[in-house]
Order: sequence, then structure tokens, then C-alpha cells
Amino acid sequence: MLADYSILLIGAILVNNFVLVQFLGLCPFMGVSNKLETAMGMSMATTFVLTLASAASYLTYNFLLAPLGLEYLRTISFILVIAVVVQFTEMVVRKSSPLLHKVLGVYLPLITTNCAVLGVALLNINKEHNFLQSLFYGFGAALGFSLVLVLFAAMRERLAVADVPVPFRGAAIGMITAGLMSLAFMGFAGLV
Amino acid sequence: MSDFITQYPLLAALLALVSLGLGFGALLGFAAVRFRTEGNPIVEQINEILPQTQCGQCGYPGCRPYAEAIANTDEAINKCPPGGEAGIQALADLLDVEAIPLDEEHGEEKAKAVAYIREAECIGCTKCIQACPVDAILGAAKQMHTVITSECTGCDLCVEPCPVDCIDMISEQASLRSWQWTLPDPVSREVTIIATDATNPEERAA
Repeated sequence: MLADYSILLIGAILVNNFVLVQFLGLCPFMGVSNKLETAMGMSMATTFVLTLASAASYLTYNFLLAPLGLEYLRTISFILVIAVVVQFTEMVVRKSSPLLHKVLGVYLPLITTNCAVLGVALLNINKEHNFLQSLFYGFGAALGFSLVLVLFAAMRERLAVADVPVPFRGAAIGMITAGLMSLAFMGFAGLV
Repeated sequence: MSDFITQYPLLAALLALVSLGLGFGALLGFAAVRFRTEGNPIVEQINEILPQTQCGQCGYPGCRPYAEAIANTDEAINKCPPGGEAGIQALADLLDVEAIPLDEEHGEEKAKAVAYIREAECIGCTKCIQACPVDAILGAAKQMHTVITSECTGCDLCVEPCPVDCIDMISEQASLRSWQWTLPDPVSREVTIIATDATNPEERAA
């Protein structure tokens, strides 16, 4: 039981890393990785929302869509669910914890468009996960996203002041770095 | 229920989606009322960047009024000498405007310092206590005054009123608490260049 869940978690973090192996959520990966500080904020916000959204979309699917035989509506419903979860979380956090809102605030609305969130929700259905498994899968995906985002941001901070050949400056060297990181993460295949 | 779905699948789908949307809309509407908050968040963010010296060199009574002026009335962002170039850069990034050099009129950028009262010379006039915007000076009339170093923002405001000139501004030493790992300096980049097409030494250095 415990072993199953830890395998699920490690699988989502390293082996099937959402960014570097499944190539989901690339926009925030390239977009907010310029500074370590923003990357940390984005990671925390994404972890929060991904876990919550995978639970909410599981509930929507199994208690609303499946009983009515409307499985084909899952994509559009999940988009709706994710948008609402993000917006609702933002409101609650702003009211209840100004400190947390200061850390996560600007990143929360951005996550609505993070395709990793929708990807996790849909994969949970495809893999026929139960509620707890969906929760763990979402959390693992978020941890994996956070891990590579923070690692990548740390590298880009160094790259910004490194002596990069002119044609490779800026986004180009970022892409190459991301590609090399992806290669490294492919090495985890077969770990579990 | 299932009869209805098999008979009118399109209608059932529409109903399900509309009710889902209505439900979520009601939830968000409720949350918007229940968790309403006041305050302009951009003012908070600007205030966060300002150094909180409360020195008034910008022409406003403190950092927060200056932050409000920037947010609400398009005040220039280059009037804060304690924040320096780094502060202006951070404000420019936040507000998405061009970074402009520091306005000379409001003073020049100095290293962060704390006030130090030469206690043997202090006559206990309390003038510096009244001038201090953050209550960092301790003392009473005809008693010796002293500065609470951890509270002092280095704003210089106490130096001027002192009748016996016994206040010094001492620049802060790096301590275990304030020390930070320095990033490689982009200016000294040329040192790391191993191969280059340039033939003369000046070009090589550029």
C-alpha cells in the first residue's frame, strides 16, 4: 500500500516528469524561470493548485459526469473546474493569509493556463486512479514541476551573467539547457 | 433520469454544463462577497521595495505616502536615494516602465549606515529623539541618549538637529546575518574569455 503510493509519487516526480519527459507546462517553465525567487513562488502556487485541482476534477468526473454518462464532456468541465478552483483559492488566500498571498498572489491566476494541471486531471481519468491515487499523482506531478523549475531557474540566473556566445544569448541557451536537462531526466526511465 | 439522458443526450449535456457553470458561478460570487478585501495591492508592492528608512528625502512624509503617490499620481520613481539604483530598477521592473537615473535634487546614494551618538558629548536635549521617524533613539531630557542599532534605518534625520554635533553615521559592516553570496560580476567577464577573434588587447578586453 505504502510502497504503491511512493512508487506513484516517485514515478510522477522523476520518471514521468511532467515538464521534462511529458513536455507539459512548458510556458511557465520558460516564462518564470528567470529568477529563482519567482520560480519558488510559482512552484509553491502550482503545487497547491495542482493537488487541489486533481482532487476537484476527480470528484466532478466520478460524481457528476460518469453517472450521467457524459464522459465526453470531461475536457471542457475540467477546464471550468480548474479555473474555478484557482479563482476561489486566490480569493480565500487573499482574505485569510496576506503573507501567503504575497508569496503566491501573482502566480495563482497564471496557473489557470498551465496545461500540466489539465494534463494531470485527464491522465488521472485515463489511468483509472482512485481518489487518493489522483491526489498523490497530482502532488507528485507538482513536486516534479517545482523541482525542475527551481533547478532551471538557478541555472538561468548563472547563465544571465555567464559568457555565452552572442548567437546563443537569451532564450536560445535556455532552450538548449532545458533540452540537456530533459536528456538527464530521461535517464530515470526504468527506475520504477 | 436515465430515460431523459438517452432520449435527449444533447439537452442533458447542455443542462449538465450549464448547471455546472451556474453552480461554480454562484460559488465564486459568494466568495467574492464573503472574502472581500480592501486596499490597493500595487501600493503594498511598491512599499515593499522602498527601503523603509522613512527619511523623507523624496519630499513625502514617509515611504508609504511616496508609494501611494507612485501608484496613484504617476510620481517619478527616481526620488529615493536610500533605495539607490537597485531600488529604481526594482520599481521599474514592477511597474513596467523605463528605469531612470536617480534624481540629484533629492540626494545621492550612500552605503547603508546607522547613527551612533558619542555619549560623552550628548547634552540630553531630545532634539534627535523628536527627529527620528522610527523611534530608534532612546533617552529623556537632560539624560544621555543612545541609538537602538537594530531599529535605525540610517536616514540621517537626527544629524541635522543635534546642537553639539555628537551624532556620527557609521557604515554597516557585513555580519553573518547580512552577508550574501555574490553573483559573478558581469563587468569582469573578460577574464573568463579563453579564445577570441580580436587581435589587439583593447578589443580583447571588451
